[in-house]
Amino acid sequence: MSDINTGMVEKYRNNFLKEVEANVEEGDWVKMCMQCGVCSGSCPMGPYWDHPPQELFMMIRAGKRDEVLTSTSMWMCTSCYNCIVRCPRELPITHIMHGLAHYATRLGIEPKGQPTRQFAQLFWDNLAKNGRVNELWLGVNLYFMNGLVEGIKVAMGMAGIGFGMLKAGRLSLKELVGGHTVKDKKGFKAMIKKAQELEAARIDNAQ
Amino acid sequence: MSGMANEMKIGAYICNGCGIGDRLDSAQLESTAKRDGKAAICQQHDFLCSEAGVNMIQHDIDNEGVNRVVIAACSRRAKTDAFNFQNVALVRTNLREGVIWVRPDTDDQQETTQEMADDYIRMGCAEAKYAKPPAPSGEQSVNKNILIAGGGVSGMKAALEASRAGYPCTIVEKTGALGGATAQLYKKIPTKAPYADPEDTGVAEMIAAVEADSNITVYLNSTLTNTAGAPGRFAADITTESGSTETKDFGAIVQASGFSPYDASKLPEFAYGKNKDVVTQMELEALAKAANGGPIKRPSDGKEVSSVLFIQCAGQRSKKEGHLEHCSGYCCSASIKQAMYFKDQNADIETTVLFTDLRTPGAGGENFYRSGQNKGVSFRKGIASEVVDGANPTVKFKDLILDEDMSEEVDLVVLATGMVPNAGQPTRAQLTDQDNEDMASEKAGEEVEIRIDVESILNLDYRQGKDVPHMDNGFADSHFICFPYETQRTGIYTAGPVRRPMDSQQAMEDAVGAAMKAIGAAENSGLGRAQHPRVGDLSFPTFRKEGCTQCKRCTVECPFGAINEDEKGYPIYNESRCRRCGTCMGACPVRVISFENYSIDTVGQQLKAVDMPDEFSEKPRILVLACENDAYPALDMAAQNKLEYSAFTRIIPVRCLGSVSLSWITDSLNSGFDGIILMGCPSGDDYQCHFVKGSGTAQERMGKVGDTLQSLSLEQERVQTYEISITDIHKVPKIINDMVDTIEQIGMSPFKF
Repeated sequence: MSDINTGMVEKYRNNFLKEVEANVEEGDWVKMCMQCGVCSGSCPMGPYWDHPPQELFMMIRAGKRDEVLTSTSMWMCTSCYNCIVRCPRELPITHIMHGLAHYATRLGIEPKGQPTRQFAQLFWDNLAKNGRVNELWLGVNLYFMNGLVEGIKVAMGMAGIGFGMLKAGRLSLKELVGGHTVKDKKGFKAMIKKAQELEAARIDNAQ
Repeated sequence: MSGMANEMKIGAYICNGCGIGDRLDSAQLESTAKRDGKAAICQQHDFLCSEAGVNMIQHDIDNEGVNRVVIAACSRRAKTDAFNFQNVALVRTNLREGVIWVRPDTDDQQETTQEMADDYIRMGCAEAKYAKPPAPSGEQSVNKNILIAGGGVSGMKAALEASRAGYPCTIVEKTGALGGATAQLYKKIPTKAPYADPEDTGVAEMIAAVEADSNITVYLNSTLTNTAGAPGRFAADITTESGSTETKDFGAIVQASGFSPYDASKLPEFAYGKNKDVVTQMELEALAKAANGGPIKRPSDGKEVSSVLFIQCAGQRSKKEGHLEHCSGYCCSASIKQAMYFKDQNADIETTVLFTDLRTPGAGGENFYRSGQNKGVSFRKGIASEVVDGANPTVKFKDLILDEDMSEEVDLVVLATGMVPNAGQPTRAQLTDQDNEDMASEKAGEEVEIRIDVESILNLDYRQGKDVPHMDNGFADSHFICFPYETQRTGIYTAGPVRRPMDSQQAMEDAVGAAMKAIGAAENSGLGRAQHPRVGDLSFPTFRKEGCTQCKRCTVECPFGAINEDEKGYPIYNESRCRRCGTCMGACPVRVISFENYSIDTVGQQLKAVDMPDEFSEKPRILVLACENDAYPALDMAAQNKLEYSAFTRIIPVRCLGSVSLSWITDSLNSGFDGIILMGCPSGDDYQCHFVKGSGTAQERMGKVGDTLQSLSLEQERVQTYEISITDIHKVPKIINDMVDTIEQIGMSPFKF
C-alpha cells in the first residue's frame, strides 16, 4: 500500500463517504443518490459491472472502502452519459465514476491489468507527449500491450485494415517519427505540469 | 303547486332536432303517445331544448294542467338545465342516444328502429302515468349548527372554515386541550417552499383563533354519549367528564377523531419496552420538545445522542398478525424531519433511516427528502430483523442494495410505527362470526349488547351501529377516491387520519372539504333535498303500512343506516339520511316501498308497455336494466361513439341495481321478454357502487332468479348480470349483441301472449 493510501485511511478512519466527498471529483453528490437504479438499468455495459453505479454509491455510504477503490467496476464506464441523462436526481454519475477511478489510481490501489485502465493509461501517455493523439503509436502500443508475440499476432490480423487506412489517407507513416503536435507544445507541457502540481497539493492537503 | 295536481295529465313532447325527425316517423310517434300512451297533449318541436321549445312545455304546465311531462328527445343525462320543470313528474324518453345513434341509417333497418322508438314512447308515458311529482316532506327545517367531533388540527380547521362561512360550530374534544396529535410535535413537516427545514406546528395560533371565535363553542373533556336524529335534526348528548350532559341540535356532523399511534409493545423483536433507548416517533417528539433545540438526550441514561437509527414501516405494511397492513403515509417524512432535529443541532450526529420504500407524498415531499440527504442523513434500503438489547441497542438488518446482513450499534433507535384510526366501533355487518352468533339470540326478542372493546365516537342512535361503517383497515370512509369525506352515514363527514392516513397538512385540507360537505348537508336536508350523489333529489321512500310484514329486510339492507324501526318493527324512514338509491324498494318482498317518481310501478308498467311481437316474428325483446350511475352513461357514450346494438333492446335506467325488484324480472319473463340483462357497478372490496352495497346486494338477490327461471322452464342464460364501469363503452354493446345471439341459439321465449 502506498503512503498516500495509508494516510487517507488514517485521516478518514471509518468515514469513507467523507473521504469521497473531499477527494473524488463530484464526490459530494454521492449522498444524493436515492437508489432507484435507473443508472444501472440504463448502462449499456451494465451486465459486465461487478457493482453498478447505484450499488457503488451504497457501498461508499456503507464504508466499503477497499471493495470500491480496488473494484474494476468504474473502469467499465465508456462515458456514454446515458446515466447522467436519465438520473432523476441529476447526479453526474459518469464524472463520479471517472473520479473514483482517478482517485484509486492516485492512491495506487487501482486494479492492475484491467484492460480499460491500461488503455486509459496508454491514451494519456500518448496524448500528454505532444498534446495531440498519435493514432499510429496508440495503435502500435495497444497491439503490443500484452507482449511481443501477441502484439505481432494482433498486428498481422489488423494489417489489412491498416493498409486500407494508409491508402485512404486516414493513417500516415510520418507519424512514426515525432508526429503532429499542438502549436505551443511548451505551453501545453507547462499547463499539464501545473495541473498535476495542483492535484498533488490537493491530495497532500487532504492528508 | 297546481290545484289539479291529483288529476294526472300527461303531456308528451317529441323533439325533431339532432336528426331525430329525419330518422323517425314523428307523426307515428305522436299517435303512439296519444293512443297507447294516453297522453292528453302531444306536441312536436324542431328544437325542443331551445327557449321556444321549453316555453311551449312550460305553457302547457301553466295553462293546460299538464303535471306529467314526457320529453322524447335526448338522454336524461343531456340538457338537464333546459328540461328542468318544477312541480311536475318529469320523464325522459331517449330517442337520440337510445335509438337513432345506435342504429344504422338504412332502409332495411327502418322498421325495427321505428318500433324501438315507439316502444320508448309507450314506456315513457307508462312511467309518467305512475310517477307523482316529488315534494319535500317538510320533515325538518334548516339547522346551521355543525357538530365537530375532535379538537385536533382537523377539527379546529373544520370549525374555523365553517364558522367563516357563517355556520356556528361546536367542537367536542375528549381530552383536556385542543390540538390533538399535532400539539405533541416539536415541529412539523414543512408545508412551504423550499421544503428544506422542519416548520413550527402553528397549533398555538390555531387554538388562539378557535378560542377567539365567538361562533365556535368548545367542550373539553367531553364525549358524545348519544347522537340521535338525522341530517338537519341531529340531537347530540354532550357529556363532560364530571357526568353532566347537555343535548344540542345540529344540522350536520364532521367527525375528526384522528388516530392513535400503533401500540409498539406489539413489536418485541425491536426490544421496545425492554430497551429504553428504543422509542417511537411520537416519543422522540417528546424528547425533542424537552431538548428544545439543544442536544437530544436519550431516555436510559440521559446521554447526548451521537448516533440514531430510524426503522421505517415498524409493524406496518405487513400481513403479520397484529401488524398494520397499510402504509401510514406520513412516517417517512416524519423520520426525515426527526433526523433533522439531530443534524440541525449537530451535523456530526450519525443519523440513518432504514427504509424499504421511501415514500414522501405531497408537493414538497421529494424536496424534503433531498434536503435530508443534503444535510447528511444517511438513507439505507434494508429490512430490520431485530434490535438486540444492550447498553447501546444494536440493529440487525439486511441491506437490500448490498444484499448483505449487517448490524449497527447506535445510541437511540426510533420506530416509525403507523396510524390506527380512531373510527369507533365497527357496525354489526362488520362484526366477527362470534359476535354475530351472540346476536342471533336477538331474534328471540332479547337485545344483546355488542361486545366490542373499542369506545364509540358518535354513539349513534341508529339501528345499524353506533359509528359510521369502516372500510378496509378500519378507516371510516365511503369511497376515498370518488367520494372523499362521504361516510356511509348521510350528513356525517370524516376528515383527517380517521378517514385515511395523512399528515397534519393534509388533514387540514381534508377538514375544509368535510366542512363544506357538512354545510351542504345542513342546507339540503333543511330543504328536503338529497345531498349526495343524487344532488337535489326531492323524492324519498314511503311505505304502505297495511301491506308491510315487518320483515326488517329494508332496514337491514339500507347501505346508509337510514331506516330505523318503531317498537312494532315497522320501518321509520329518516328522509334526510336517505340517499334515494332504492335499495329498500328492491329488498321489499311485498313491494310496499316506493318513491313518488320511482316505484315498482314506474318500472314495472314500462316493461309491460313494450309491444311484444309473437314467438314467430323473429323479433326477440331484450330488457336491459341499467344503473344510472355508470352503466347508463356507458350506454350513452357508446351511442355517442356510434357503436351499434340490437334494435330488439329496451333499456330502462334504474337508480341502483340494488333497487331492482325481483318482481320486475318475473313480470318481464311472464310478459315474453326473451332475455334480461342487468348492468350495475362493480361490487366487492374495490366496489364502485355509488351506494356502496347496492350492486353487491343485487348480485346476491339475483342468485334466486335461477329458481324463477326453473319454475317457468326457461333457460338460465335468459337472465344475466354484469358489472359495468363507466369506461366500458365498447363492452356494453357487445354484451347486448351477445344476448341476441344467445336468444337466437336457445330460441324465443314461449311466454308471448
